Amino acid sequence: MISSDISTVLPEIVLAVFAMGALMFAVYTGKDKTAPMILWLTAMVLAGIGIWVAISGNGSRVAFGGAFVDDAFSRYAKVIILLSASAILLMSQDYMTKRGLMLFEFPILVALAVVGMMMMVSAGDLMALYMGLELQSLSLYVVAALRRDSVKSTEAGLKYFVLGALSSGLLLYGASLTYGFAGTTLFSGIITTVEAGHVPLGMLFGLVFIAAGLAFKVSAAPFHMWTPDVYEGSPTPVTAFFATAPKIAAMGLFARVLYDAFGNAVADWSQILAFLSVASMFLGAVAAIGQRNIKRLMAYSSIAHMGFALMGLASGTVFGVQAMLVYMAIYVTMNIGTFAFILSMEKDGQPVTDIDSLNMYSKHDPLRAVAMMVLLFSLAGVPPLVGFFGKYYVLLAAVQAGMSWLAIAGVVASVIGAFYYLRIVYFMYFGEEGDMLDKAKSPILWGFLMASAAIMVVGVVNLFGIEGFAAAAAETLVR
Amino acid sequence: MEDLLREYLPILVFLGLAVGLGVVLILAAVILAVRNPDPEKVSAYECGFNAFDDARMKFDVRFYLVAILFIIFDLEIAFLFPWAVAFKDVGLVGFWSMIVFLGVLTIGFAYEWKKGALEWE
Repeated sequence: MISSDISTVLPEIVLAVFAMGALMFAVYTGKDKTAPMILWLTAMVLAGIGIWVAISGNGSRVAFGGAFVDDAFSRYAKVIILLSASAILLMSQDYMTKRGLMLFEFPILVALAVVGMMMMVSAGDLMALYMGLELQSLSLYVVAALRRDSVKSTEAGLKYFVLGALSSGLLLYGASLTYGFAGTTLFSGIITTVEAGHVPLGMLFGLVFIAAGLAFKVSAAPFHMWTPDVYEGSPTPVTAFFATAPKIAAMGLFARVLYDAFGNAVADWSQILAFLSVASMFLGAVAAIGQRNIKRLMAYSSIAHMGFALMGLASGTVFGVQAMLVYMAIYVTMNIGTFAFILSMEKDGQPVTDIDSLNMYSKHDPLRAVAMMVLLFSLAGVPPLVGFFGKYYVLLAAVQAGMSWLAIAGVVASVIGAFYYLRIVYFMYFGEEGDMLDKAKSPILWGFLMASAAIMVVGVVNLFGIEGFAAAAAETLVR
Repeated sequence: MEDLLREYLPILVFLGLAVGLGVVLILAAVILAVRNPDPEKVSAYECGFNAFDDARMKFDVRFYLVAILFIIFDLEIAFLFPWAVAFKDVGLVGFWSMIVFLGVLTIGFAYEWKKGALEWE
């Protein structure tokens, strides 16, 4: 009994034990001198566990009386989370070392956050949900404030913490209402109370509060206000991390709660998600136009992208979930490449985040400019790049579910949003001559940028077969 | 009714004892104690700060570290008590769960110690 439970959660246990072991090793030996080694080791362990999760296990297993679910859906999300976290760690080394931020706690906190995220996407119980969410959030609050002596970074950490605590409060309130009306915290128990298709009013309140709390975590409008400040204030590698792995985890958790616990009340939550989706897409598209700081711009861009992913979820069909999963995978790949570029933006050794500094970048470094252009076109959803297919899938899902108005709103928002991506391209190719950025040197960042841009072009052929995995994952979630 | 009230008798006895003990201790201090007041002794004591001062002042972050450490171990005790009471029922799984929990706490404590959070100069 307990041994089968433990074998189900073994990847999480291995990662948690590794994080604690690395912490003890580092603090008892060279402290921050060991940081580069710990960072590489953590990245390798994350990638290794990612591959392990990908190749091991088939079918669905539950552990701890249903509190932990290991199925195709959770494995899909876990693989993306682990691989993207590993990539971000590798990308961050150069930046962190130059700014004196190479603390051995950073990779360990990232590893612990990833344990929380793996827990989130596998949650089968309201308590497991909250446990995973808090483990993730607490680690993220700390890494947001990693640069202790910077006012902006500490502000980012504090803002994230206070608003995150508020959203946790909303979520807990919703969870307690749900528990009160269902009599159980297990998702499999909650879904049977809604079996008749009639949702008790109290439980509906619970659902709304849980949705609001999770909307905070995915930074969907109107719960997005922390995002630009936190993205701007955090050190850039941390921003890159925020924009990737936690987003998938929160989206996965969102899908899991909605389908596993409230799968019989699709009509009730579909309209909430449709609203969140439209609000996020338009806010992300319009508010980013005024931004000159590329980190803030990426924050609004991620809000808009979350809107599109939520559109897939709002359609309430198997295809909708599949579209959401494909969208998230594409979104993460694009963001890793874009942040690899942003991380290498420097002038006189200092990081630069102003988009004006990219004026005539194409003359300076044509290859990187082309790669960034491909990524920006893909982020905007211009065919025939991979980013277009992500948007195409969610729009198709919305239309198939009879929500054509949502799809039309999505297209309009996407056209508005294309403006600010293309403006950066304009600066790079047709801007005024100005001071040039330093020549980017890091081969790791160059590699990730080029790989990501290449995926955006080559992936058009068959999206690397990710559709099949996403379809299998969606199939297990939506019954 | 009589029986019901009789069940509460121990509480009444405890209440009486508590009040009695409190009164005895206070009176003992009044009657027996040696009194030798000076300004430092009669001033209100507030953990190393002036009791009446501007609330917005800087003070050492180490106070917080000690307070946080205290809260962690305080919560640990709060978990340990019900665990100890139900020790017979929780079985081997319950026993090892708590040992793992204590182990994780110890790792955190060792980290904080080694980082120098407890060094006071």
